[in-house]
Amino acid sequence: MSEIDQLRGEVLAAVNAATDVPALEEARVEALGKKGRVTGLMKNLGTMSPDERKVFGQLLNALKTEIETAISAQRAKLDTAALDAKLASETMDVTLPIRPETKGSLHPISQTIDEMAAIFGAMGFTIAEGPDVEDDFHNFTALNFPPGHPAREMHDTFFLPPDQEGNRYLLRTHTSPVQIRTMLNEKPPIRVIIPGRTYRCDYDMTHTPMFHQIEGLVIDTETNMAHLKGCLQEFVRMFFGVDDLTVRFRPSFFPFTEPSAEMDIGCSRAGGELKIGNYGDWLEILGCGMVHPNVLKACNLDPEVYQGFAFGMGVERVAMLKYGIPDLRTFFESDLRWLKHYGFAALDVPSLTSGLSGGGLNR
Amino acid sequence: MKFTLSWLKDHLDTAASVDEISAKLTSIGLEVEAVDDPGKALGAFIVGHVLEAEKHPNADRLKLCKVSTGTETLQVVCGAPNARAGLKVVLARPGDVIPESGEKLKKGKIRDVESQGMMCSTRELKLGDDHDGIIELPGSAVVGAPVTSVLKIDPVIEINLTPNRVDALGVRGVARDLAAAGLGTLKPFNDAPVKGTFPASRKIAMRLPAEQTHKCPQFAGRTVKGVKNGPSPAWLQDRLKAIGLRPVSALVDITQYLNIDLGRPLHAFDDAKLKGDVGPRLATQGETVAALNGKTYTLDADMVVIADDAAAVGIGGIMGGEPTSVGDSTTTIFIESALFDPANIAATGRKLEINSDARYCFERGVDPASAVPGVEIATRMVLELCGGEASELVVGGAQPPAFKPVAFDPNRVAKLGGVTVADAEIKSILERLGFKVVTGSPWQVTPPSWRGDVTVWQDLVEEVLRIHGYDNIKAVPMPRPVMQKPALNAKQRLVGIVRRTLAARGLNETVTWSFLSKDHAALFADGAVVVPLANPISADLDVLRPSAIPNLISGAGRNAARGLHDSNLFEIGPRFEGFKPGEQTLLAAGVRSGHTSPRHWADMRRPVDALDAKADALGVLEAAGVSASGIQTGAGAKDGAPGWLHPGRSGVLKQGNQVLAWFGEVHPRVLLALDVKGPLVAFEVALDRIPEAKKKGNGTARPLLKASPYQPVERDFAFVLNANVSAEAVLKAVRNAERDLITNIGLFDVYEGPNVGAGKKSIAITVTLQSKDATLTDEQIEAVAKKIVAAVEKATGGVLRG
Repeated sequence: MSEIDQLRGEVLAAVNAATDVPALEEARVEALGKKGRVTGLMKNLGTMSPDERKVFGQLLNALKTEIETAISAQRAKLDTAALDAKLASETMDVTLPIRPETKGSLHPISQTIDEMAAIFGAMGFTIAEGPDVEDDFHNFTALNFPPGHPAREMHDTFFLPPDQEGNRYLLRTHTSPVQIRTMLNEKPPIRVIIPGRTYRCDYDMTHTPMFHQIEGLVIDTETNMAHLKGCLQEFVRMFFGVDDLTVRFRPSFFPFTEPSAEMDIGCSRAGGELKIGNYGDWLEILGCGMVHPNVLKACNLDPEVYQGFAFGMGVERVAMLKYGIPDLRTFFESDLRWLKHYGFAALDVPSLTSGLSGGGLNR
Repeated sequence: MKFTLSWLKDHLDTAASVDEISAKLTSIGLEVEAVDDPGKALGAFIVGHVLEAEKHPNADRLKLCKVSTGTETLQVVCGAPNARAGLKVVLARPGDVIPESGEKLKKGKIRDVESQGMMCSTRELKLGDDHDGIIELPGSAVVGAPVTSVLKIDPVIEINLTPNRVDALGVRGVARDLAAAGLGTLKPFNDAPVKGTFPASRKIAMRLPAEQTHKCPQFAGRTVKGVKNGPSPAWLQDRLKAIGLRPVSALVDITQYLNIDLGRPLHAFDDAKLKGDVGPRLATQGETVAALNGKTYTLDADMVVIADDAAAVGIGGIMGGEPTSVGDSTTTIFIESALFDPANIAATGRKLEINSDARYCFERGVDPASAVPGVEIATRMVLELCGGEASELVVGGAQPPAFKPVAFDPNRVAKLGGVTVADAEIKSILERLGFKVVTGSPWQVTPPSWRGDVTVWQDLVEEVLRIHGYDNIKAVPMPRPVMQKPALNAKQRLVGIVRRTLAARGLNETVTWSFLSKDHAALFADGAVVVPLANPISADLDVLRPSAIPNLISGAGRNAARGLHDSNLFEIGPRFEGFKPGEQTLLAAGVRSGHTSPRHWADMRRPVDALDAKADALGVLEAAGVSASGIQTGAGAKDGAPGWLHPGRSGVLKQGNQVLAWFGEVHPRVLLALDVKGPLVAFEVALDRIPEAKKKGNGTARPLLKASPYQPVERDFAFVLNANVSAEAVLKAVRNAERDLITNIGLFDVYEGPNVGAGKKSIAITVTLQSKDATLTDEQIEAVAKKIVAAVEKATGGVLRG
């Protein structure tokens, strides 16, 4: 017995003293290898009497297990120490700038139109579109512009030279011709918004020869001015993110609506800075009204049966108001600094579920 | 139009303040643009009483005054020559803001003597130009009272008149609208005939051709003899000056005044300078008129002139002639009041570029019943201000017939307006506005002569609503669909996804003009028609764009000029292909210039190349749902790449025979012409050509995923080929060599150089093989490899590299 105790003491001492993996392996071989001391004693078991063999065998097996456990414990200790030593030698300068990633952006006009589509979509509107080149009928006549109206002059409207058949086409001066196309092609009830490029002969601080409008059209047999007010009030409150934004409707005039109105929203101009909100001052935001009977008639709709409203506003203008963009002309300059500053991230998709756009990319 | 408060009150009996009046004007559709109320700035100023005025001890021209405020006595140093004891003055005290300077008055020392206030001149209060002395208030003014209660302060109101509101062209029309809206009572007005004591000096000659009499249907006039012209009275001059007009002489000022007062243009000729009968006729082509503004105008035969027997003496409805105008020596006048066709006046005014008050009124439509009353009112005013004796009235033509009644169902107010107004109130509003209402079923409502804009029942609804108040229409939310349907159709959704995909790929969206210069367009027309504008805004924006790329290249050029050499821009917008509506194609277009990334410590950067543009175009197609496996790449001009791309470094992406996109390096000659430095690559995807997704029988379900559980193996092959063999040809041959077992093909090396010989190149590919049924055996793999080598050799002549 004492022989085994001595062996245990010596072997465990050798295992625990091993400072690296080869030393540990050496200790293992010396104890448990083919010619190892424990193995040697195991071999002697055959020479013993059955009773002796039973007792001695159990002791040897226990010793073997004890040594193996000690070896794996020592092995784990050595591995940990080795990894610690390796990690201690591995460093990198994580303050280095990352590899370049190019971020793109969406133009504020696109984002603004997407926001409007989200809001009006929730009110049951769909989106209609139409061509940039238009004819006199869709752009003027059907919209109740009288002959000789100033908007029909070369002074205001871009014309193309007459084609072979002598037809003279023009660049649409508003998105309203799409109202006409929609009413001629679809049966009421109609609820559409119409975003798009529009063109007028004007180029100064506050006008560009091309700009964007968004137009709305509702036609059925019941929609009245109270709905017009409700629809647009909800729109501006949602769009500008001011839940109780005050609105004001003033009688106005457009050839294609009767009655007509202009809509103002609350604002402040204190200190030369424009702020949207209930501050006592008013800002004109859009024109609207009930669709004029002559327009309905031009679209083969009986004004004694059908009625509805239309509204229109400048996309750049509301984008400027919402996002604090000071100069209209910069929208069309392709200045990368401007596009990145006022643009929107690709994944910033406006929706009423996840919210409309907040600030820009550079919050 | 502009008018003053006192002017308005000539016609409207009201106790309302300026603020109440302007709020009401805006609410009834006469939008107030500005109110200039000098009284607002004078609230703190009080009536002072000069008790003493001695010479300043240290200055000869200054006076030292003791001025009572009613509660205390202030010492005021004053330089005005009229400062004297006993005078009632406008006194500003420290803290008051002087309107002229905009600065707060402070106590100060003037030549060592303290001054505790200031006595003000007209100019200092911005009430006029007078600065010769301080304002002398009437002796009855109460000391200490606010000066606004003593001074005649007349706020100026400016309204923005919509083109339909012909009734409000004059101050009286504005007053009538306010009275109808309940803000006072319209005062009576004398337009009764003036009895003539002698026949007029001339007859009216209506010389328009029969088919054009609408251009001037009525022309009235009369002679007034023995008038004395000279400056008009102060009240009249003040009113004209207040609204920015220049007083000329009593006779001229009367016509200026009545134009604003009634919206009724009038003209006074010097009767002595007219020859024979007077009246409207068409101008002869090239006829000239020397107008009152000192300019001579050349007319055409569509225009109407006022002419006597000898010559044209005025441009009808727009401006009188200089030679027959009234002057100081005028003693007999002929007053003209006529009606003109709005469209013809507008056209004439535009052609001649004359903006006169008369044109402003006539092109909108003057009250057709106002020609004769206009003469009467003018006559009465001339007699009053200039004396003289009036002739009998002479009239040519006739007043147009009264407007027809409009059939009106009062229930329409609620149906269209969304607000219930009692029938009695509807009737009352219309009558207050001058309409004649005959109730019945339906009502018959006849517009007054000044409301030519009201022709349909919807106009009557607007009249009722605007007077009842738009504010009284309660906003009602739009009835909502129970569950919202998508607002976008498939195409619109596709465009949105493409837009955000390109932004996610690192491109910045921009918006550029639909036009450009014809020189730039010519570079990109590629043989197609370029659509010019008949009236471009400038020479560099004179045609519609045949491509979105030139404007993007110019944008990249402008960025480079600012030091940003790596541009990555895209735009989604139309290109124009013809003159007719719809002859346009929606493009997703983009450019990349310079390098793919900035200089950086870890990565070698590289210049952009055609494959960057190809990647963008493929990204667009993939985002648009076009399966990559269905897209073939065509190379260069021979496969249809546009001529503005580099002929050897460009391509097209096709689905079958349909070209969906083109990409490549922009032709160096094009860049040179646009003055932009390369490298610059571009792509355009014709979004309109992308086929709509086919509706499948199983709807939204995708084909079942058949993922093999067996081990995939990779085999690499390198082929030596002629240098002009395309990678696509090799890949296609491999793809077609074995359709079942090949799951992926990668191209990982392209080599040209001495190891393969001149005119040759090596292409290395890796092929992944996997069976759905079992693990592949070596024999199977070997068989596929043989097929691949044979197929490539057959298709391209390439041999396996040894």
